Amino acid sequence: MTLKRTPFYDFHVAAGGKIVPFAGYEMPVQYPTGITKEHEAVRTGVGVFDVSHMGEFEVTGRERNDFVNRMTSNDVSTLDIGQAQYSAILNDQGTVVDDCIVYQFGDKLMMVVNASNIEKDWAHISSRRSGDVRLRNISDEVSLLAVQGPKAETLLRSLTQVPLHDIGYYHFKVGDIAGVQCFVSRTGYTGEDGFELYFRNRDAGVMWKALVEAGGATPIGLGARDSLRLEMGYALYGNDIDDTINPYEAGLGWIVKLNKAEPFVGQEALRAIKEKGVTRKLVGFRMIDRGAIPRHGYDVYLRDTKIDVVRSGGFSPSLKEGIGTTFLPTHSVEPGTRFQVDSRGKRIEAEVVRMPFYRQGSARKAKASKA
Amino acid sequence: MSKIPPALQYTEEHEYVALDEADIVQIGITDYAQGELGDVVFVELPTIGDKFDRMHVFGTIEAVKAVSELFCPVAGEVVDINGALDKDPSLVNRDPYGNGWMIKLRVKRVDDLKELLSASDYAAHIGE
Repeated sequence: MTLKRTPFYDFHVAAGGKIVPFAGYEMPVQYPTGITKEHEAVRTGVGVFDVSHMGEFEVTGRERNDFVNRMTSNDVSTLDIGQAQYSAILNDQGTVVDDCIVYQFGDKLMMVVNASNIEKDWAHISSRRSGDVRLRNISDEVSLLAVQGPKAETLLRSLTQVPLHDIGYYHFKVGDIAGVQCFVSRTGYTGEDGFELYFRNRDAGVMWKALVEAGGATPIGLGARDSLRLEMGYALYGNDIDDTINPYEAGLGWIVKLNKAEPFVGQEALRAIKEKGVTRKLVGFRMIDRGAIPRHGYDVYLRDTKIDVVRSGGFSPSLKEGIGTTFLPTHSVEPGTRFQVDSRGKRIEAEVVRMPFYRQGSARKAKASKA
Repeated sequence: MSKIPPALQYTEEHEYVALDEADIVQIGITDYAQGELGDVVFVELPTIGDKFDRMHVFGTIEAVKAVSELFCPVAGEVVDINGALDKDPSLVNRDPYGNGWMIKLRVKRVDDLKELLSASDYAAHIGE
């Protein structure tokens, strides 16, 4: 398979980015200063992430709202124009095809999906299309930069007339940033305040130069993207959620609206699952023994029985310890519960902790003041 | 380009060997290796007195993004370990050939040192 490149590829290489294959793209995993420094830049300043590999589907037509409401578990009818919502695409068994963000423009909707799932999601959605609904996969036409960190708003304010302060958490506006027409969305995957900017590929160079070269934002690779989102306990598709896991197990019951007006794919299955109760839940944990980092795929033991694997895991640059997620039986999910992670032959002690792992993020403040 | 001091010897697994005394060598990982691993956060070292055969695992190195085993370049007995790495594992990134060293080893057969790669062999091995 030929790997794709985003419009920012040459900028990544010029900045010294270490390029790795990811979700069918050649993407930077880190730049020369390293993951820890990038992580800190986002927690204390402002970083820029190329997430152009993400997928975008545009939905138009008279019956677009009902259609997207049928395709996703959250309730599209509650969205105001200019509002976005975290949601999930489910299959008939109620397990997760993908997680996504739904944007309500008034005259259209946009679904933003994971890069690795674009084809699967497109097949899932387009095969269920009915009525007056038009679907367009605009993934290859759209560039997406996430500008994240406590200083994100200050940086963007110097590049735009858009009243950024009026954009609440999970809201967006259409406007120019650095002279480039964008969807400016106050969303992100880091726990910090910040924005995600959607714009045309042809404007990629102008935008990168304005944010990074003139604006001084730190380019952030996939490595720090993962450590930042893990500290927040945000689910990663393929690790924490997949098509063998339902939203209740993953702690995503809050994006399942069983009683919304439109029936949705997976609803009946989820109703039954909710009635019965789940047998396992995704938990966050920290390593008690210093010296080992839980990695994705390591075996997890509860009272000497192999119970699961580490779903997401890594070193937390903010907390300076190994943290991760795994599924434990519902009776053993209380914070403080001890279990073991097998780190290459050695059983290392771990304990359940509440997520998010990191609680000082500026997104909480943005959410509280502007939601 | 990573630093490859000409006076040292190397393994294909990216350890370096520096001769300290007649039969005592200092062992660590190369500048290239620390660059590939990224930010080092833990180094698990053996105990003084531990004995290892050639290319047996003497420790592990945990970086933010990856974990890697440390291979003993020659057979021998550990006579010292770098305790400073416990407090500041990033020494491995900042000064791999100096303060970021890992163990000192009394070499079992000094002749084994001839099997190691020279600086130019190692440079070729990593494509530099």
